Amino acid sequence: MKLIKNELEIEAEAVKLRTVISFIDEQLEAVGCPMKTQLQIELAVEEIFVNIASYAYAPGTGTVQIKTVISGEPPVAEITFIDHGVRYDPLSRDDPNVKLPPSERKIGGLGIFLTKKNMDNVSYEYRDGCNILVMRKLLINQ
Amino acid sequence: MDELTIKKQKEHDVLTVFAEGRIDTDTTPKFDAEVSPSLDGITKLVLDFEKVSYISSSALRVILKLQRKMGEVNGRLIIRKPTDLVTEVLEVTGFLDILNIEK
Repeated sequence: MKLIKNELEIEAEAVKLRTVISFIDEQLEAVGCPMKTQLQIELAVEEIFVNIASYAYAPGTGTVQIKTVISGEPPVAEITFIDHGVRYDPLSRDDPNVKLPPSERKIGGLGIFLTKKNMDNVSYEYRDGCNILVMRKLLINQ
Repeated sequence: MDELTIKKQKEHDVLTVFAEGRIDTDTTPKFDAEVSPSLDGITKLVLDFEKVSYISSSALRVILKLQRKMGEVNGRLIIRKPTDLVTEVLEVTGFLDILNIEK
């Protein structure tokens, strides 16, 4: 299939979430991505974007660059988040203990955990003063 | 993209919340504000999620809070008819094990 490549640079603010999700959806819809797969990707995108919006530049502000590439047959979506905020590897934190009773549950880390569970592959690197998070998913019903 | 609408129905000590749309970072504050202040005297809280297509971790935080509130009064929280993605999110995060689900 045809290669789809796109890029969005946007203020890292939670109120921009709708714009970010629409940007991702447009491209997934263009290749006929199954609805459930699309919702899983939206979930991962939301968790990562909101994370960056909350922590990367606090208490200041900054931007995040979001790059998408869809290629191959069956198609694979690759979504890259680049920010130049405080260095932080979200993959370095331990997964939450999902077996604890409600009273002992800690709520932190669930977003990243959901991202890892819903994407096929998530990687992080810090390069040239930038946090670079890349995630990929095959666009078929799984 | 659909937003979130909430309808509530109270009968004695049972509150049923009919949510429709997405419960994400944007709409979770609305969900919380509609439900949390309505729990006085409630011992059974039913979250009807039949028309909820999507939840993110922000919704899980509120669900956990509601579950604890119900626990404090020896009440119950029930999630009714969760859709595919919602069920999956609840499952991988272990929430299915600590919540009552009504299919």
